[in-house]
Amino acid sequence: MSRISMEQVKHVAHLARLGITEQEAEKMQKELDLMISFAELLNELDTDEVKPTFHVLDMQNVMREDISQKGLPVEEVLKNAPDSKDGHIRVPSIMEGK
Amino acid sequence: MSLFEHKVSDLHERLHKKELSVTDLVNESYERIGQVESQVKAFLTLDEERARVKAKELDDKLARGEQSGMLFGLPIGVKDNIVTKNLRTTCASKILENFDPIYDATVAEKLKQAETVTIGKLNMDEFAMGSSNENSAFQATRNPWNTDYVPGGSSGGSAASVAAGEVLFSLGSDTGGSIRQPAAYCGVVGLKPTYGRVSRYGLVAFASSLDQIGPITRTVEDNAYLLEAISGVDPMDSTSANVQVPSFVNALTGDVKGLKIAVPKEYLGEGVSEAARNSVLSALKVLEGLGAEWEEVSLPHSKYALAAYYLLSSSEASANLQRFDGVRYGYRADNAENLIEMYKQTRGEGFGDEVKRRIMLGTFSLSSGYYDAYYKKAQKVRTLIKQDFENVFAKYDVIIGPTTPTPAFKIGENTADPLTMYANDILTIPVNLAGVPGISVPCGFSNGLPLGLQIIGKHFDESTIYRTAHAFEQATEFHKQFPKL
Repeated sequence: MSRISMEQVKHVAHLARLGITEQEAEKMQKELDLMISFAELLNELDTDEVKPTFHVLDMQNVMREDISQKGLPVEEVLKNAPDSKDGHIRVPSIMEGK
Repeated sequence: MSLFEHKVSDLHERLHKKELSVTDLVNESYERIGQVESQVKAFLTLDEERARVKAKELDDKLARGEQSGMLFGLPIGVKDNIVTKNLRTTCASKILENFDPIYDATVAEKLKQAETVTIGKLNMDEFAMGSSNENSAFQATRNPWNTDYVPGGSSGGSAASVAAGEVLFSLGSDTGGSIRQPAAYCGVVGLKPTYGRVSRYGLVAFASSLDQIGPITRTVEDNAYLLEAISGVDPMDSTSANVQVPSFVNALTGDVKGLKIAVPKEYLGEGVSEAARNSVLSALKVLEGLGAEWEEVSLPHSKYALAAYYLLSSSEASANLQRFDGVRYGYRADNAENLIEMYKQTRGEGFGDEVKRRIMLGTFSLSSGYYDAYYKKAQKVRTLIKQDFENVFAKYDVIIGPTTPTPAFKIGENTADPLTMYANDILTIPVNLAGVPGISVPCGFSNGLPLGLQIIGKHFDESTIYRTAHAFEQATEFHKQFPKL
């Protein structure tokens, strides 16, 4: 029995905005299950009193002077965009129902 | 004999004595590529036209007798996840197949200042996720020592191109071993600097709290020169550290008398091959002969590093790779009815299997209800692993072990099971989790395939790593051997 249901696999894929086929979903269910069981090795350790490490160096809030700087030219920025018009990037319809 | 069998300092001297031109060096590079690239497959993009123009420009400078730095005119290859202005950068992914960067990464800018000549962009596992280069969307790079074998990964192209003599040196990136493991497999020198030593600006992010760019070279001395050129705090990367960049080459004294070496028993235990273990024990004898002392120690949380790493790096990757959505750059799927469908189709079609696998694991461990049990748990285990290193470094100067449990494996051998593939990195991953620097230097051969010695140092103490690696290298002959292609 897998720890991860097909429904969960599809939910996670949706959260990640990752289009997957039914076949891929089945494969991912097995692989995720394998990796999650492997990760459960960490439960051997009592970490109640341990603080998490998000960053290895002791640095916080690196600030700089608030001075405006020139941005990149619009033509350059749009150079790699798959679809653009009049200095804007164009995407398919955002609202539901086309 | 190839020009690239000479050291940086020798080539520098010969350029200045006019025994050699930059054009000669660039010719050497493209000629060698012409001879062996069909076997090695290290490059994704060559920049030949511009490299030749640049060589001419630099030769004119030399003719005018202008002063130049140590790396002036030397041919370099750059891993394809480091953005280079107007030079295609793909991350070996279909999703960035035609991406033409509009700015230079800080390291690319620094190479320009050092006046190296960029020969081309090097193959890798897609988005640096992999240990064999088999995850490249475009081609599988081969190990120059035996082309049936993988070069390692993810900086496989960076290591193979140097080993094959296609370039003098290269840049790679290392998130869990991606510089050191391919350096070990290809018999070259690769260093992952301390986290924060080198700016990550313009390095396409995989796992931001682990990624570092570093040099791959034939010798330790060349490695020290290249690291010095790319290091330093950068206003464009707020995680780059404001610490002094020493002259790393000055550390190469050859003197390791009294050096205190720790050898973790976990690095010579279960899962580590006889060949790797013996090569490390021989290396320790060499260092002992030079006056260093070693003792066995324990890094007790080593066995948890792999699991913690896959949760953390995949979580960070799932966040970082959200930017590939078909809007501002890269591939976009056609015919999607709305924006969400466009995202899904673009990402589903654009990413390869391994990248999808990690995005899924990462998204899962960051998702509501699982965050504490997986992601946060792994961050806590990361603290324990970091403390293991701190405890050992309170008493010792460096930690030594194998870079990898085995020499390179055959192409296709480990692709069936992701966990077997991941196990290649058990000895390199803890170093990234702790943020400390580590190097791989050649220390032996097994059935004609190279083995690497890993030397790990304290935060920002690359100098002691280099001193140890250099003393070992000078006392051995491994770096004088070249693959026959």
